[in-house]
Amino acid sequence: MADHTKELAINCLHVAQEISNYLEGEIDDELRRRMEAHFSGCAHCTAILDGTNNVLRLVGDGEIFELPAGFSARLKARLAKVMHTV
Amino acid sequence: MTIGVMESNGIPVVLGWLGTATSLAGRVSPREKDIRLSATPGNVSLPESGLIDRIVAGEQELFYSLVQPYERAVYGAAYAILRNEADAEDAAQEAVVKAFQHLKSFRREAKFSTWLIQIAINEARMKLRKNRPHLYESVDEGKQTSDGEYIPKDWADWREIPSEQLNRKQLREAIQKAIDSLSTIYREVFVLRDVQKLSITETAQSLGITEASVKTRLLRARLQMRDALAPGLDGGWSFGDGHWKKVRPW
Repeated sequence: MADHTKELAINCLHVAQEISNYLEGEIDDELRRRMEAHFSGCAHCTAILDGTNNVLRLVGDGEIFELPAGFSARLKARLAKVMHTV
Repeated sequence: MTIGVMESNGIPVVLGWLGTATSLAGRVSPREKDIRLSATPGNVSLPESGLIDRIVAGEQELFYSLVQPYERAVYGAAYAILRNEADAEDAAQEAVVKAFQHLKSFRREAKFSTWLIQIAINEARMKLRKNRPHLYESVDEGKQTSDGEYIPKDWADWREIPSEQLNRKQLREAIQKAIDSLSTIYREVFVLRDVQKLSITETAQSLGITEASVKTRLLRARLQMRDALAPGLDGGWSFGDGHWKKVRPW
């Protein structure tokens, strides 16, 4: 069987450039396979992938930007005032 | 897809958008399935659409019910640009008021929340230009020549899996500091896509840029965020003993 290892190889820079699209699921199956083969043999890129994954999990709960205390009350009051003048 | 946005008095009018949300469902890698975002329909949901009809017909008091679910998103979008609580609140509240005053002009080709966030972004940008022009960074796409060229730092290894059970305060401050460190064009896409969980299409629409630009900016933003938060010269975060703690590599 022919060895396709070399033609499938993808370097670290290419992986870094596609890592965000990989996380989005925005790459084709062939590139995904090449990237996953690269991850399996490259601790550096795997660490970047894991770290980027961690970032998405950390910020993805929607609680990073807390509303200032009293925000909703002030907004309601302002809307009431605007509606009153309409 | 190119999305045209025409502004009139800070109120965006979306041109030529078909309302098809970019869905991540079914296309994420098995590795990401548990963490990524599920997409929402592109158009206004029926109950929301009905609510808008009633408000436009005269039941103005219902407007707060319409915007209340998006308060945090609107504030977050404004904060992403202004990086100041008071200014972000001013811009967010002004955006809500403008949305109320112009609700009749909302075409419903996009989600109401996207339209509302567009208005908040416009308000925040106008406020930034007016109050702190020295900090204003143009979002002209032609000026992002270095997009996609970011090389992640190689000393940072970060394998720990985050837990949902976090002691949030210190960690939130670290995340906010990292987000603040991003340039505006990267911070905008990161906040809308990864914090507020808008789809790629909605993020592009909200910012008036192409989906391709969203993706290239996301790459840079995510890698920079990862470098800012991963263990390194300034330490990083590790989960242990039931909470996240600061760790240092030495």
